[in-house]
Amino acid sequence: MFEIVEKEYFSEHVVKLVVKAPLIARSRRAGHFVIVRAGEGGERIPLTIADADIERGTITLVIQAIGVSTKKICALNVGESLTDVVGPLGQATHIEKVGTVVCCGGGVGVAPLLPIIKAMKEAGNKVISILAARTADLIILEQQVAEYSDELIIMTDDGSKGQKGLVTLGVENVINREKVDLVVAIGPAVMMKFVALTTKKYEIPTMVSLNTIMVDGTGMCGACRVTVDGKTKFVCIDGPEFDAHKVDFDEMIMRLKAYN
Amino acid sequence: MNQDTNRDSQWREELRNSLTAKQRTSIPRVVMPQLNPQYRITCNHEVNQGLSPVQAVLEATRCLDCPDPQCIHGCPVSINIPSFIKNIERGETLIAAAVLKQTSALPAVCGRVCPQEKQCESRCIYNKMKKQPVAIGYLERFAADFERENIKINHLEPKKETVACNGINIAVVGSGPAGLSFAGDMIKRGYNVTVYEALHEIGGVLKYGIPEFRLPNSVVEAEIDGLRAEGVKFIKDCVVGKTISYDQLHEMGYKGIFVASGAGLPRFMGIPGENFVGIMSSNEYLTRINLMGAGQSGEDTPVLKGNCVAVVGGGNTAMDSVRTALRQGAKRAMIVYRRSLDEMPARVEEVHHAQEEGVEFMTLSNPVEYLADENGRVRAMKVQRMELGEPDASGRRSPMPIEGAIEEIAVDLVIVSVGVSPNPLIPNSIPQLEVSHRGTIVVNEESMKSTLPDLYAGGDIVRGGATVILAMGDGRRAAVAMHKALSEHSL
Ligand SMILES: Cc1cc2nc3c(=O)[nH]c(=O)nc-3n(C[C@H](O)[C@H](O)[C@H](O)COP(=O)(O)OP(=O)(O)OC[C@H]3O[C@@H](n4cnc5c(N)ncnc54)[C@H](O)[C@@H]3O)c2cc1C
Ligand SMILES: Cc1cc2nc3c(=O)[nH]c(=O)nc-3n(C[C@H](O)[C@H](O)[C@H](O)COP(=O)(O)OP(=O)(O)OC[C@H]3O[C@@H](n4cnc5c(N)ncnc54)[C@H](O)[C@@H]3O)c2cc1C
Ligand code: SF4
Ligand code: SF4
Ligand code: FES
Repeated sequence: MFEIVEKEYFSEHVVKLVVKAPLIARSRRAGHFVIVRAGEGGERIPLTIADADIERGTITLVIQAIGVSTKKICALNVGESLTDVVGPLGQATHIEKVGTVVCCGGGVGVAPLLPIIKAMKEAGNKVISILAARTADLIILEQQVAEYSDELIIMTDDGSKGQKGLVTLGVENVINREKVDLVVAIGPAVMMKFVALTTKKYEIPTMVSLNTIMVDGTGMCGACRVTVDGKTKFVCIDGPEFDAHKVDFDEMIMRLKAYN
Repeated sequence: MNQDTNRDSQWREELRNSLTAKQRTSIPRVVMPQLNPQYRITCNHEVNQGLSPVQAVLEATRCLDCPDPQCIHGCPVSINIPSFIKNIERGETLIAAAVLKQTSALPAVCGRVCPQEKQCESRCIYNKMKKQPVAIGYLERFAADFERENIKINHLEPKKETVACNGINIAVVGSGPAGLSFAGDMIKRGYNVTVYEALHEIGGVLKYGIPEFRLPNSVVEAEIDGLRAEGVKFIKDCVVGKTISYDQLHEMGYKGIFVASGAGLPRFMGIPGENFVGIMSSNEYLTRINLMGAGQSGEDTPVLKGNCVAVVGGGNTAMDSVRTALRQGAKRAMIVYRRSLDEMPARVEEVHHAQEEGVEFMTLSNPVEYLADENGRVRAMKVQRMELGEPDASGRRSPMPIEGAIEEIAVDLVIVSVGVSPNPLIPNSIPQLEVSHRGTIVVNEESMKSTLPDLYAGGDIVRGGATVILAMGDGRRAAVAMHKALSEHSL
């Protein structure tokens, strides 16, 4: 059992949980995820490790309540436990000094983006972060992102905060303004697809972290498969990060709807 | 024990002489009582009901207690077959179970899932007489089940051979049959044994793969409880190579490591449309249903249901998937296999059971493409008809496409069951480890020792896809070798 030691609401449907998992805290790096199960009978679902504290032996998860399992998990309180937490899984993010990095986060995608922003900054990059959401209330982790970014741009669909417009507009504005060496985008599949299409026009290397449906997270089932560069890849062991310009997003979006 | 297993002991001689060979061979082979096919596809109950004591004794009577029993050579772990069978015949079923336990850690499992017709039973002297072999598997299951029930009914503690702990720590990676049998053998030798398992349940394929209607979880659970009672520690939710590394295992004081991580990586065929919704690996399908309980009340995991289900492949995994699909309510459930019925690698009994249950066998057929509706859900498969050509190097006649013979079949769920590759997680996380081009860990065949001094491996990670009993045999041999190496070391 993995005890919850801290809980915070980022917005009505987005919860941060700090969970005791000392072995995972010790091994994890930016980009890794865990598979979590709440309660006997619970489904195994993947969640990114947003942060970890080796000394306290904890990992931080940020969860958006969208369906059965995520609602169950978000309803858990301090002192209660997750039944299973397995990880760290997936390949860690490749962090390197490349120059200027634009980091785009949409929805809860901001949570997995944060450790990458941190690591990119620590590696000596200039980091410009773009947070996007439908409306002001849904922007999460603004302070933490600002702390590690050279510049923070906020985009909302309805203009209730920052600039009005989609994340792609924000990206394009930066690209037109200065030289960008790498774009990292994490968020809903549709958002990543359009960021990829935008940066493709400018031929700027772009990395995305894919959130496919998973079961085991260790390469055993193939539920997470996507087509990358014409070949089938398993997101849980080959990813979750891939070259955005090679991912077949339409197929991925179609597969995400399997159980809807 | 000697008296019980010695062929020359008095009781055994008397029993042998109590009937003539002619009397014994004139008894017909027992028929396993089984659930009616119409009923059994509506539920998950075990199909084979097990022999009654009367049936078991009669079947045991058939065994001729041969002076040079060939059946033993057909068993990968060399179970003393006539000894356990004669103990059943004389009514000492618990002793029979003890004979089994001398060489097999999981007889209740093997009695159910071994391909006996290719192993022990294929060597039985009855085959030479053109008669059906002694039902060794059924009898094995009978003795093991009898013992388990006896423990349960009489509230006995599972038998514990108390051995002084030698204080040496041993780690096992993976809790399938290879890992379990290794753990059982090492705990009996006095080691401190800890089994690490990536999933949230112990048992490997026995739990997540083989369905309840063939191998009830309670049978597997009882064996695991037995190991727990003997002192084996199980740690779930721990992926070695990810949660803890090989180096960390050393830091934690483990002096020997046995890797039994299985062949968990499903293969796909790489044909157009294979990633459409509604096409999945048998591992995914069976894991959702067997491990996650998909479709049962109180379980959150979803699974796709199909009316017209095609399962591609001809092995045990394919049979399990297609029979599961029937139980999930499929109107039409088909096996699509590129060779003929004769070449199917699945256990013969499973093929028979599938036929009784109404599974259609579309043999000499190979899928070449999938078609989907506008939402990307599979709606049909294109199948290439095949014919058998000349025998290849392996002696099997290889299937060749018949030109132009392509047919479209309506399907709404496809389970791809064309094999698995070794799980690359461990090999990838230990760069010094020698791995074959197929991704299996390279070991010495006798000792199961890898190219690293303290790392042994066995089961599917060494063999690719194999069988439960072979995996267990590997665990057993690795235990012998590791014990020897560690004892010599400490002398
Ligand atoms: C590598 C990875 C990292 C992730 N990190 C996070 C994170 O940090 N925070 C967070 O809130 N979410 C994250 N997700 C998405 C999260 O796993 C899904 O939101 C969750 O599985 C939905 O489950 P549900 O039962 O609440 O939803 P339901 O809609 O009830 O689920 C129905 C089915 O669809 C599947 N499903 C639905 N949406 C998704 C989705 N977007 N991704 C995967 N499976 C889905 C579920 O597994 C389930 O089988 C991540 C996904 C991946 C693959
Ligand atoms: C559906 C199906 C039906 C079958 N039917 C039969 C049959 O009727 N008869 C028969 O003889 N054989 C059958 N087989 C084959 C048989 O089950 C296997 O050969 C056998 O289980 C192999 O045992 P194993 O111990 O090597 O591995 P597995 O049983 O695969 O167990 C490996 C375990 O290791 C765990 N693991 C993997 N990597 C790690 C890691 N890094 N850290 C921690 N844990 C890890 C896995 O989660 C798994 O639980 C069947 C197989 C399948 C899939
Ligand atoms: S373990 Fe398998 S092969 Fe050996 S005797 Fe039993 S059923 Fe036969
Ligand atoms: S070969 Fe057949 S008859 Fe002879 S001992 Fe073995 S099981 Fe009995
Ligand atoms: S989640 Fe099962 S293979 Fe990736």
